Amino acid sequence: MKPVRFALIFVALLAALQVSQTAGQTDKKEKDGKWETADGTPTYQISSDGTVDWYTFSGFRRYHSECHVCHGPDGEGSTYAPGLIESLKTMSYADFMLAVASGREVVRADKQSKMPALGDNPNVMCYLDDIYVYLKARADGALPRGRPAKRVEKPATADAAEKACFGGK
Amino acid sequence: MHRHTLVGVLLGAAALAVPAQASKDVLDRSGDPNQWVIQTGDYANQRYSKLEQINRDNVKNLKVAWTFSTGVLRGHEGSPLVVGDVMYVHTPFPNIVYALDLKNEGKIIWKYEPKQDPSVIPVMCCDTVYRGLAHADGTIYHHQADTTLVALDAATGKEKWKVVNGDPKKGETNTATVLPVKDKIIVGISGAEFGVRGHVTAYDAKTGKQLWRAYTLGPDSETLFDPEKTMSLGKPVGKDSSLKTWNGDQWKIGGGTAWGWFSYDPETNLFFYGTANPSTWNPVQRAGADGKPIDQKWTMSIIARDVDTGTARWAYQMTPFDEWDFDGVNEMILADIDVKGQKRKALVHFDRNGLGYTLDRVTGELLVAEKYDPAVNWTSGVVMDKNSPQYGRPQVVSKFSTFQTGQDKNTKGVCPAALGSKDQQPAAFSPRTNLFYVPTNHVCMDYEPFRVSYTAGQPYVGATLSMFPAPGSHGGMGNFVAWDAGQGKIAWSKPEQFSVWSGALATAGGVVFYGTLEGYLKAVDEKDGKELFKFKTPSGIIGNVMTYSHGGKQYVAVLSGVGGWAGIGLAAGLTNPTDGLGAVGGYAALRDYTALGGTLTVFTLP
Repeated sequence: MKPVRFALIFVALLAALQVSQTAGQTDKKEKDGKWETADGTPTYQISSDGTVDWYTFSGFRRYHSECHVCHGPDGEGSTYAPGLIESLKTMSYADFMLAVASGREVVRADKQSKMPALGDNPNVMCYLDDIYVYLKARADGALPRGRPAKRVEKPATADAAEKACFGGK
Repeated sequence: MHRHTLVGVLLGAAALAVPAQASKDVLDRSGDPNQWVIQTGDYANQRYSKLEQINRDNVKNLKVAWTFSTGVLRGHEGSPLVVGDVMYVHTPFPNIVYALDLKNEGKIIWKYEPKQDPSVIPVMCCDTVYRGLAHADGTIYHHQADTTLVALDAATGKEKWKVVNGDPKKGETNTATVLPVKDKIIVGISGAEFGVRGHVTAYDAKTGKQLWRAYTLGPDSETLFDPEKTMSLGKPVGKDSSLKTWNGDQWKIGGGTAWGWFSYDPETNLFFYGTANPSTWNPVQRAGADGKPIDQKWTMSIIARDVDTGTARWAYQMTPFDEWDFDGVNEMILADIDVKGQKRKALVHFDRNGLGYTLDRVTGELLVAEKYDPAVNWTSGVVMDKNSPQYGRPQVVSKFSTFQTGQDKNTKGVCPAALGSKDQQPAAFSPRTNLFYVPTNHVCMDYEPFRVSYTAGQPYVGATLSMFPAPGSHGGMGNFVAWDAGQGKIAWSKPEQFSVWSGALATAGGVVFYGTLEGYLKAVDEKDGKELFKFKTPSGIIGNVMTYSHGGKQYVAVLSGVGGWAGIGLAAGLTNPTDGLGAVGGYAALRDYTALGGTLTVFTLP
């Protein structure tokens, strides 16, 4: 295979990836205020005036309670843990869920780091999709740093799901 | 027999009965300015050195004498110790200890590296920092992240004994140094963000046997508060002073950990420390059965306890019913100073809540409570009228009450931010100027509490917050402040671009030292804060500056290695919510100035 052709395929692949990302945002569906891409992955919805969907806003709140003490404000990363707005550029929804629920560990000569398993923490797990869509919006460059200025009201289904998830706690 | 002789004989007998007296060794060695044997410099926590070879005139000539890489990347708090010809350097997790030979160009005499389960890492809120070792009677006392307290032979690094103080699976960890005093080692615990119920514990210095434990919250039998004899604001605390101020069983997961510094007054046999926030950060969830604020004693308090029994002599709660995460753990500096024209045996404390407190350390009487950063706005001040039912209590400004604003609502523009006008980074006191030199944060926040549920070993936070530099000020995130604790007034204040997260050092040479988050070691004039010297070390400084002398030369040493809460909050820079939608992070990001890496830098005159 000639190098030129190889490069062409690479460019085509990149283009396809771009298309699929944009497609993710254009072909998305809404149900009870919750948005998902064509393949069923949860996603964010931000209107042209900056109003975010409830779940993106909820993700902002939960992230800054549960995650930011290690991963820094706005998913930007810290001296302690990686910036998730970088990680979510490539990490799939499934891998994200796995990492949060089961944790991760890096042990090297210069570095020992450990992401805790949060699988039994309802304050995280009941809002896993929320945190994912918030970080995804940040990773895609669709949402600026800081608290989202405008949001839609909390859907009744979000209240019901919350109660069910906490088991009446 | 004269009464004095009798006392002498009794004291002699007591000394015979208790052969190990860490106090004498610590008092002797901390009185010798050539050495630096506990983290706080001395029992009074003054961080003042009588060394004067480096002075205001020659400090500009300071040069790096030698450096040492710790091999660890995490945030480096605390400082090295110097005992005779040996320097002891600690690291954050994995908590390595190095003994370095000062006679042989810092050659490593021994190295101690404990094996710890890495699962302790993520239960340490805000980096795996460690604020350092203590030395007494030929022993190095090392309190690891996983709460193992180990006594090492100072000459060889061999373990003498070890004991486990807490359970990391419940979120109990350690970041603090220990207090070697008399025949005991007194230690604290971290983990208020995990619903840990805080305590201080005394271990036998020779064997590691637990002697007493005093909880911050709970029944009198466990808090070691005496209803009749323990005083607060001039009155006995009464029965169940803690239990009465909690709703139901919440005290069992109520926080109030003790992860700060300890000071000790040999005259009264009291040691002093502060307690952390109540868990969770959502005050609505902690309200009383009637839905009203309730004190949650003895979180957010200054506590004076008897070293031998652990019994509380007095306590003062600074921030009843915390609504902002203003832990009360910062250092308690003991100094005999003039307070409003009267000489007092004072205790001076710069709280996270932004108030500088001066108390009588013998009785716990409140003498001064004033803002040491003018930006502080959550309170209109503390009631000083002894006849008022509100005596000693801070008056909360409704607009900045996260409880009154309510859960699921954003309380805007609270100053200071949760990291406080000052965090653990200790201040220094110079008896030359009678001023306190205070490293501070100049950061405010929006704070939105919401409901969370408790799971053992998992974060139990319940609030989201965004931080920004104090509005309407110099735009920087810190100040280095000289404070008159007798008057409760700022003498001078030097603006800094970032929070000053490094412990200060005052010296008889008239020079005051501190480090900055960009990595500068700075020397300033004790009189007016004029900058006399700065040098950029390899990484941001969150360690404390210390000094010692060896071979007739004075040295100044500091650990760099950015991290901690500062590294988490400021690495990416802050945004200002009032900048509105679309504004890009408008404030300096620490990551544009410095990167990780633990290094010791030692300075001297050429």
